[in-house]
Amino acid sequence: MYKIIHKKPLNLTVTMMDIEAPLVARKAQPGQFIILRVDAEGERIPLTVAGYDRESGTVRIIFQIVGATTACLNQKEEGDYIEDFAGPLGTPTKLDGLKKVCIVGGGVGCAIALPIAQALHAQGCDVTSIIGFRSKDLLILEDEFKAASGRLYVMTDDGSYGREGNVCVPLNELFAAGETFDEVITIGPLIMMKFVVAATRPTGIPCTVSMNPIMIDGTGMCGGCRLTLHDADGKTVTKFACVDGPDFDGYAVDFDEAMSRGAMYRDFERHAYEKTCNLFHKEVK
Amino acid sequence: MPNMNPKKNPMPTQAPEVRAHNFSEVALGYDEAAALDEALRCLNCKNMPCVSACPVNIRIPEFIAKIKEGDFEGAYQIIHTTSSLPAVCGRVCPQETQCESKCVRGIKGEPVGIGRLERFVADWHNAHTDTVPAVPESNGHKVAVVGSGPSGLTCAGDLAKAGYKVTVFEALHTAGGVLVYGIPEFRLPKSIVAKEVDNLRAMGVDVETNIIIGKTLTVDELFEMGYEAVFIGSGAGLPNFMGIPGESLKGVYSANEFLTRSNLMKAYKEDPVTPIMKGGNVAVVGGGNVAMDAARTALRLGAEHVYIVYRRSMAELPARKEEVEHAEEEGIEFLVLNNPVEILGYHNPDDRRDPKNGFVTGMKCIRMELGEPDARGRRRPIPVPDSEFVLDVDTVIMSIGTSPNPLIKSTTKGLDVNSHGGIIVEETTGATTKEGVYAGGDAVTGAATVISAMGAGKTAAKAIDEYLKNK
Repeated sequence: MYKIIHKKPLNLTVTMMDIEAPLVARKAQPGQFIILRVDAEGERIPLTVAGYDRESGTVRIIFQIVGATTACLNQKEEGDYIEDFAGPLGTPTKLDGLKKVCIVGGGVGCAIALPIAQALHAQGCDVTSIIGFRSKDLLILEDEFKAASGRLYVMTDDGSYGREGNVCVPLNELFAAGETFDEVITIGPLIMMKFVVAATRPTGIPCTVSMNPIMIDGTGMCGGCRLTLHDADGKTVTKFACVDGPDFDGYAVDFDEAMSRGAMYRDFERHAYEKTCNLFHKEVK
Repeated sequence: MPNMNPKKNPMPTQAPEVRAHNFSEVALGYDEAAALDEALRCLNCKNMPCVSACPVNIRIPEFIAKIKEGDFEGAYQIIHTTSSLPAVCGRVCPQETQCESKCVRGIKGEPVGIGRLERFVADWHNAHTDTVPAVPESNGHKVAVVGSGPSGLTCAGDLAKAGYKVTVFEALHTAGGVLVYGIPEFRLPKSIVAKEVDNLRAMGVDVETNIIIGKTLTVDELFEMGYEAVFIGSGAGLPNFMGIPGESLKGVYSANEFLTRSNLMKAYKEDPVTPIMKGGNVAVVGGGNVAMDAARTALRLGAEHVYIVYRRSMAELPARKEEVEHAEEEGIEFLVLNNPVEILGYHNPDDRRDPKNGFVTGMKCIRMELGEPDARGRRRPIPVPDSEFVLDVDTVIMSIGTSPNPLIKSTTKGLDVNSHGGIIVEETTGATTKEGVYAGGDAVTGAATVISAMGAGKTAAKAIDEYLKNK
């Protein structure tokens, strides 16, 4: 059992939690993920590490309430326990030697992008951050990004905060102005990452994406998280996000396939989410 | 007087048409009368060929003699001296190629039903005895076991009996390894595995779940923590795929994923929290025990047709004969001498958002014929030109083996692996190339059987004991 030390809603649909898991906290690095189960009957879900405190032995997770499991998790309060919390899994984001990087985060993906921005900032890297949200209500971590970035662009789809438009708008402007980076690192919805990759491709700047496919064990056993990569020579390879990733060369990832696979259980998930919400609703009544 | 009936006492089973729709155990086990009758078929041979054919050398004629006396607990105690998991082995061991293959009764009839008797004894013990095993006297030495599958549990059990303080580290949330995530409930009820793990705990073994060795902790850190030896029984790893077009379509699973969803995550239950594709037509590619498990699970989940697609013929199926027979009785259709060449998916050219897009609609196969024997003596399957056809399926389960997991190898200096990624060990001891580190089971051999993994765990436990005594 793993104790929830701290809980804070970041907006209506996104919650931050610090979980007591000293062994995970000791090893976790930006870009890695954990697998959790809320209770003994629950499903296993992967969440990318949003931070860690090696001294207090806590790992930070930031999650969007999108399904039955995240809804159950969000019902837990400080001092409550969750059943399982295993990690850190996957390979850390490669940050060595980077001097100038553009971080592009979208929605709750910004939670995962933040520790990368912070680590780069701490190693003296010039960080440009572009973060995008659907609207002002969904904005998270603006101050934290400000502190870790030389330049910060905040975008909203509806223009209710920052600039109106998607994250590719400032990215394209930077490229058009001749700006160059050692690397572009993007984390967010698949469709957003696909467009960031497309925007970056003409520049030839390396573009790393963080994939979050459906997983079960997360340790390299089930193969459910497989992705297709097309390398520069036109060769096609299958990779497993849990052990080979979750970071991949954005130019190689087959995003259309990943989006299709991600929607495999959409009907099931919607049904399970509605059922869970109804259950909580009844309890409240 | 021995019972000279040339046939084994039949194993009572659920009727095929009933069991095809439930997840309860297929084989129901002998009652006392059947067990006694079967035990009387044993001739108690002096040279005991069965014992040497058992990877853990269970003293078979001795335990059967106890059954003849009606001393079932005595029989259990004899098995328990060499096997930590009798209720498991009695169910999943391939006895026909091991102990029973050497039984003298098998020369002129069927061998003694050793596996069925082992299961009877273990089940009798579990039903009638609640004495918890005593905690052996401690020798003060700590050993770490990586993985709680059959090799790890066996190694831990033997070391605990010898007085070692053993900690088992398991990556998943439940102990048992493949016994829990892989082998279905209808072949091996999970309560039996849980009971075996509880017995180990009662003997003082600590089982730590949610710890991934190679990630959460490394092998070197285990030594820093005071463990004096480490046994790696981390199992097989990443599932293999064929590399044909369409393997990433929705509805294509590895057998590991399909079985893990159903077994470990309980997707077979009504209203599960973890989803799985149910119903429709299902093709399972491969012919091993895992393929049989996947096919029979798919059937129980409500599939209309379940096909085993295998490139050789029935005679070459690597699965246990009993599993193949059970599958056939239940209505699994064997499409042997066929090989998939492409998996086909739905694509609506007019509507990118059609929810059916990207789901499997069929599998294109080519017929095969058997040619000359290959290096291992198995006749090589050769495609028959222009014989392609499309099998109408909604789900495809790839059950064509696994490749070793890279997590431990990549974080353990001095641990050598072979070209397939299997950990290199000295066969007689399980010693790896790194001092104090031993390994066994699928992590060494690639996908094999529960009992061979147990044998490896046993071998390593003995070697670890000798190593630490001489250190």
